[in-house]
Amino acid sequence: MRRSTAPAPPWRGFLSDPWDRKGAPITGARGTQQGMEPTNTRDPQYYHRVVDCQWACPAHTDVPQYIRLIAQGRYTDAYMLNRESNVFPGILGRTCDRPCEPACRRERVDGKPVAICRLKRVAADLRESVRHRLPEIPEVKNGRKIALIGGGPASLTVANDLMPLGYECVLYEKLDKLGGLMLTNIPAFRLPARVLQEEIAFITDMGVDVRLNTPVNSLKALLEEGYDAVFVGVGAPRGKNLELPGRYDTDRIHIGIDWLESIAFQHIDSVGERVLVIGVGNTAMDCCRAAKRLGGTDVKVMARRGRKDFKASDWELEDAEGETVEILEYHAPKEFVVEDGVLKGMKFDIVEWYEDDEGKQRARPLEEVLIPCDDVVLAIGQDNAFPWIERDMGIEFNQWDMPVVDRGTMQCSLPGVFFGGDAAWGPENIIWAVEHGHQAAISIHNHCQGIPLTERPPFGMNLVTQKMGIHEWSYSNDYNPASRTPMRYVDLEERLRSIGTEAELGFNVEETAREVQRCLNCDIQTDFAANLCIECDACIDVCPLHCLTITDNGEEDDLRQRLTAPAENLAQLIFVSEDLPQTHRVMVKDEDLCVHCGLCAERCPTAAWDMKKSDLLIPYAGHETWPTLATV
Amino acid sequence: MTYITKPVARHPKMRHNALGLEPRDYEGSMSTLCAGCGHDSVTAALVQAFFEMDVEPHRVVKLSGIGCSSKTPAYFVKEAHGFNAVHGRMPSIAAGANAANRDLLYVGISGDGDSLSIGLGQLCHAIRRNIDMLYLLENNGVYGLTKGQFSASADVGSVSKKGEVNRNGPIDPVSVALALGATFVARSFSGDKKQLVPILKAGLAHSGFAFVDIISPCVTFNDHEGSTKSYAHTRTHMYEVVETDFVPLRREITAEYGHGDVHAVTMHDGSVVHFRKVAEDYDPTDRGAALEHIADVRKRGEVPTGLLYLEETGEDMHGFENTVEGPLVELPYEDLCPGSGALAELQKEWW
Repeated sequence: MRRSTAPAPPWRGFLSDPWDRKGAPITGARGTQQGMEPTNTRDPQYYHRVVDCQWACPAHTDVPQYIRLIAQGRYTDAYMLNRESNVFPGILGRTCDRPCEPACRRERVDGKPVAICRLKRVAADLRESVRHRLPEIPEVKNGRKIALIGGGPASLTVANDLMPLGYECVLYEKLDKLGGLMLTNIPAFRLPARVLQEEIAFITDMGVDVRLNTPVNSLKALLEEGYDAVFVGVGAPRGKNLELPGRYDTDRIHIGIDWLESIAFQHIDSVGERVLVIGVGNTAMDCCRAAKRLGGTDVKVMARRGRKDFKASDWELEDAEGETVEILEYHAPKEFVVEDGVLKGMKFDIVEWYEDDEGKQRARPLEEVLIPCDDVVLAIGQDNAFPWIERDMGIEFNQWDMPVVDRGTMQCSLPGVFFGGDAAWGPENIIWAVEHGHQAAISIHNHCQGIPLTERPPFGMNLVTQKMGIHEWSYSNDYNPASRTPMRYVDLEERLRSIGTEAELGFNVEETAREVQRCLNCDIQTDFAANLCIECDACIDVCPLHCLTITDNGEEDDLRQRLTAPAENLAQLIFVSEDLPQTHRVMVKDEDLCVHCGLCAERCPTAAWDMKKSDLLIPYAGHETWPTLATV
Repeated sequence: MTYITKPVARHPKMRHNALGLEPRDYEGSMSTLCAGCGHDSVTAALVQAFFEMDVEPHRVVKLSGIGCSSKTPAYFVKEAHGFNAVHGRMPSIAAGANAANRDLLYVGISGDGDSLSIGLGQLCHAIRRNIDMLYLLENNGVYGLTKGQFSASADVGSVSKKGEVNRNGPIDPVSVALALGATFVARSFSGDKKQLVPILKAGLAHSGFAFVDIISPCVTFNDHEGSTKSYAHTRTHMYEVVETDFVPLRREITAEYGHGDVHAVTMHDGSVVHFRKVAEDYDPTDRGAALEHIADVRKRGEVPTGLLYLEETGEDMHGFENTVEGPLVELPYEDLCPGSGALAELQKEWW
C-alpha cells in the first residue's frame, strides 16, 4: 500500500461531492455588490472547517475532543470516540499518514503541529477493555447478505458499520490472515501483530463470516450466490516493476510490497549486507528499515529527484535516517549489473533537473556511477489488478483499466457493486480506506432499502456554550507555549536486532500531559452575536493574534486586505457578521491563526462573543437524523 | 478580569517598525479593568501610536494618579518608566520629572475625577507651565472605582445607573484648557481609533502640553440609556469638527484630500499635522473662534471632537524658566554641584 501524503482537499462540501478537491465554499460568505453576506455559522461545515485537523481527516475524527479526554485521563472514552470515526485507533495511532498534522493550526502558530497521531496511540495503549462498549449485534438478522472481498481496512469498516444493523456479512480473504496491506505492507516494528489482531477481532467477533484462503476468482460467480450487495476492497496489490537490463538475470531483485509481505509471513528472514531500495515513498521507507533489521548493514535509498520532491512523509524519512539509512538524491536507475548470475551492483545516472520549453521537469544525465549491492528492492509504486472481474458483466472500466466508481456513493456502473480503499481509485492510505468503508456502508444500507444512493444522511452540529462562570470556561483556554514532544525510540542496536521490536516507545504519562496542552481547542468556537455588540473594540484590542476587525463591509479580496492583520491564507475562511447595530459596520474574524484562548469572549462586556463547543455529528449507515441544538 | 496571561503566540507576519519591534512589544500586563472598558481601547490606541512613531520603550515615562484610568499605565509599554502618584497630583510629578530630564517622552494618564475634581488645580498649572507632555483625560462622567457616582464632567440631565438625574453643571475640560492657554487641545472617543491614533501621534510630537480629552465609556456604571457618556450616545452625538492626519518627519506625504479645505501645521520636530475641516469656517489655530465654535456645538447637545486647537510655539516650561539644555543626569558633576563657593556667591543676592 503506497500511503500517499497528498495534502488534504482544501474544500469539501459533503452533500454535493464528498471529495471534490475544488468545490464551492460552504458558507454563505460570498461577495455581493454591498460586500460579503453574513457567514452562516449554523451550517455544520463552517465550524467543521475551523477544526483544521477534523476537516483534514478523511474520516472527520473529532481530534480536539479526544485529546481533551486524554488530558482528563479518560483513555477509554478517547479510544471509543476515535473508534467511531476511524475504527482502528490502535493501528492508526502508529501508522496513519496523519493528514491532520500538516493541517494543524498549531503548526501555523509555532511551527510544529500537535503530535495528534501519537496521542491517539496513547489512548489505545492505556485504555481499559472496550468489549462491553462495542455495538450490540442483533440476533435476528435483517435478511440482507453482503459480500466483502478483501480483508483490509475498507472491507472491515463496511462490516463494522453494517453488522450492528443486522446485516449478514461474508468476508473473502485470499491469505490466511486478515488485515490486508495493514498486515502485509506495514512491518511489525511499526505495527505489532497484537494491536492489529485485536482491532480486527473487534469487528470479526461481531459475527462476520470470515472465509480465509478464499480468493474470489470470478465476480460473476460470486454474484450468482445471491448477495444483496458486494463490496470490493482488494487494494492495489501489484507492485510496479523496473524493466532495465539485467532485471531477470538474478533472483536478488525484489518487488517491495511482495518482499514486505514475504517478511510479514516469515518466508524471508534475511537480506544481503548491501541493499539498494529504489524509490522514496513511504513503502520505500518501510523496505529500507526492514532491510536494516534483516542483516542489511549498508542500506541506501535511491531517489531520482531532490528531497523536496520526495513522496515519503518527513517523519518517515527522519525515522529511516535515524536508523542510519542513507538517502541519495538525483540517482536515476540505469542498469542492473549481474555477473555469472550474481548481482554485483546497479548503474545509475547522476542527473540534474531542469525545465524544458513546455515547463516540464526533465532530467539531464551528468555522469554514470556504479553502486555495488547484494539486493535491490523496488518500491516505485503500485497498480491495481482486477483479472477476476469479468468485463462483460456491466462494470465499466476506464482507459487505465480501473473501474469507474462514483466518488459520492462508491458504487460502480453495476448497481449493488461498491468499491473502496485502494481498489477504488488507486493507492491512498488507511484512513481514506476507512472513510470509503463508511460511505460504502451508507450506500449499501440505502441500496438494500431501495432509497436512492444520493439521499445521504446529513451532517449535524451541536453548539453549546462552555461558560462556567465569569471568565471561567469548561476547557483549558490558557495557551501553553510548550514545543512539540519528540518521540522516544528503543535503543538503535536493540531496535535493529529483531523485526518484531516496535521501534517507537510511545508517549509516557508526563509526555502525554505536556503534549495535550499544545492542542488549541479549535472546536471551542468563538461564536458571535452581532445584535449584542456595542463596538467597544475590547475583543480587537485583546486578541493576541490580531484575528478581529470591525470595518466596513466589502468584497472578500478587498476585505481580507483591510483587516488588523491581512488575511493572506486563502485556505482559511473569514467570518463576516451581520451589520453591527450602532455603526452598521461588520465584525470580521480571520480564522487562520485563532488560538481559541477565549480572550475575546472574556473581554466582551455583552457576551456578543461566546465560546461554544461545536460538535460535528457525522452521519453513518443506519443513522436517520441527528438530534441537534443548532438550527441547521 | 482575566485569569490567564495573554498567549505568547504571535502573528508570524506581523509588521515591524523601524526599531524592529511589533505592536505587541508595546503592550504591558493584562488589564484588570472591566471587560469592555473604554480605557482599554485608549491603551490599545497608545500602543498603536507608540509602535507607529517608532518610540523606544525606555524613553517613555508613564505617569498617573488615582482612578480606573490611572491603572492603565500598567497595561502598555512595560519597558517604560512609570510613576503612580497621589490622587490628582500627577502633573506635579510630571513637572518635576520633566525638569530633571527633558529628553524623555512624558505621558500622563488621568481621569475625570483625577483631573477635574481633586486635581483640577494641578491640571491648570500644568497647562500654564506648558509642560512638554502628552496628557490624556479618560473621561467617562462617573466615579467607576467607587461604584458610579456622577463626576465633575457629567452633563446636566445625565441619568445614573440607579436613576438619579445629575443637576450640577459639568466642567468641560476642553474649554478649560483652551481658556488657560493650552497649545494642543483635542477631544476624541475611545471607540474611534481612526480619529484617536493620529491625534495621539500628533500629541507625542507636539512640543508642549498636549491635552487630549477622550470620551471613554464606563461599561459598568455609565453605558445605559440616559447616559451622555455611553458608547451609543457618543457615537450618535459626536461631531467631528476637524479631521486630523499626522505625517511623521521622515515619511513622504502621500495622503490625498479629495475635498475640503486642508491646512497644515508643521510641528517643532519637523513632522506635519494636516487638518481637513469638516465644519465650515473652523480654524484650529484660532483660539477664540475655537472656543466659540465648541460652545455652539455643545449647545446643540453634540460632542465636538477632533484636534480642536494647535499652536506650535516651541516654548515650554524649560523655555520659561531658562533651564539648561539636556537632562541633568548628563551634566558634569562640577556643573551640577558647583560647590559651597558658588552657593555663597548665589546667596549674596539676598544679603
